[in-house]
Amino acid sequence: MSLYRDAAVVLRTYKLGEADRITVLLTRTAGKVRAVAKGVRKTRSKFGSRLEPGSYIDAQLHEGKGELDIVTQAESVEFFPQIRTDLARLSRASALLEAVDQLTLDREPNRRLFEMLVGGLRIIDEQNPPLVIGAFFLKLLAAEGVAPVLDGCIECQSDEGPFVWAVDAGGVRCRACGSGRAVSDDALSVSRAVLGGGLRTALELPDSPVVHEVEDFAARSLEAHLERRLRSLHLLTDS
Amino acid sequence: MAGAYSEAIQDLIDALGRLPGVGPKSAQRIAFHLLKVDVDEANRLARAIVRAKERVRFCSVCFNLGEHELCEICSDVKRDDHVICVVEEPRDVVAIERTHEFRGRYHVLQGAIDHLQGVGPDQLRIRELIARVTAGGITEVIICTNPNLEGEATALYLSKVLDVPGVTISRLSSGLPVGGDLEYADELTLGRALEGRRVITGD
Repeated sequence: MSLYRDAAVVLRTYKLGEADRITVLLTRTAGKVRAVAKGVRKTRSKFGSRLEPGSYIDAQLHEGKGELDIVTQAESVEFFPQIRTDLARLSRASALLEAVDQLTLDREPNRRLFEMLVGGLRIIDEQNPPLVIGAFFLKLLAAEGVAPVLDGCIECQSDEGPFVWAVDAGGVRCRACGSGRAVSDDALSVSRAVLGGGLRTALELPDSPVVHEVEDFAARSLEAHLERRLRSLHLLTDS
Repeated sequence: MAGAYSEAIQDLIDALGRLPGVGPKSAQRIAFHLLKVDVDEANRLARAIVRAKERVRFCSVCFNLGEHELCEICSDVKRDDHVICVVEEPRDVVAIERTHEFRGRYHVLQGAIDHLQGVGPDQLRIRELIARVTAGGITEVIICTNPNLEGEATALYLSKVLDVPGVTISRLSSGLPVGGDLEYADELTLGRALEGRRVITGD
């Protein structure tokens, strides 16, 4: 089987040579695949905008001899126009793509992650709710099997608050076991809701300090798990 | 194949092999070609490299490449001072100049905002652009970054930070390439071409 077809989301691209790009695709069935898109940077390329980061496509790929496959055809499955016209959405979508790219290994199928990513991009394109990054990152950690422990203190199991965030340990600590940034009651219940099946209602929350607290904790936890910073997240906020 | 060539030859091959798009085999081929040709011709290449590296520098106003403090376009008095065309790379200046449609000035950002590679506004010549625009005398800024995700991100960011009264910010339009087939156009391009269609007759 040298030609195969798969649904894919473009995670990122690298320039290659004069007019080509290497695309990093998260495919539904084959996992993360690197594939060369020939001539994609030419204005008359048949691929057009379909192989830009964040595109959800139905791709035909040619299995290469080495690490790289070749994209031979690409059709849009769904396209997210708002992500390309709104800088806030674009930054968030980039953070999702970067996180997924960092978490995955080449050619390890992970269908659930694929569906999560498509869902995440769709939500950003449609409503762009304030909590989307926080919720997505918490869900990513859970899917990785390292969901933060939020039921009680991670050291002594006490469920007596108040707690402080413990990014290093992956959860929260009670005041007796450590110090750090205080956990607000609302942020704790929102985070628990996200991890416990209350995602839909959590995403309806309006922008508030609580949302930022959850996002900050989720992002720092994910960065601790990845052992690197997520560039997309800090690019336009630091300056 | 270390040790197969004398040191001088190997050095040459290694140096050539570091050039973009030149693999080990091509590096060998070019090296042997250079060794075979006249001394004059090889020297001409060496001198051209040295001269270009010595003389070429970034224009202090627009950051295009040139041989003086100001590049040729910035020092041309016949050009329109009120319009600035913002591009990513010096090569894009050449591309736009070839159209003969633009008579204003340029600003070369030297890249584009790229979330996934961590290239932010601070690594580009954006502060200098803001200074040029706020200094006055500019009526329009045409953003000609590439129509890809990084170029779009840059355009969106620029439209936010260049919000100066009396200055129009415009963006290069997207549409169908001349000579192409409609059915091959992607949704985004075709959608934008429809959005930006133009009236042929009627009101």
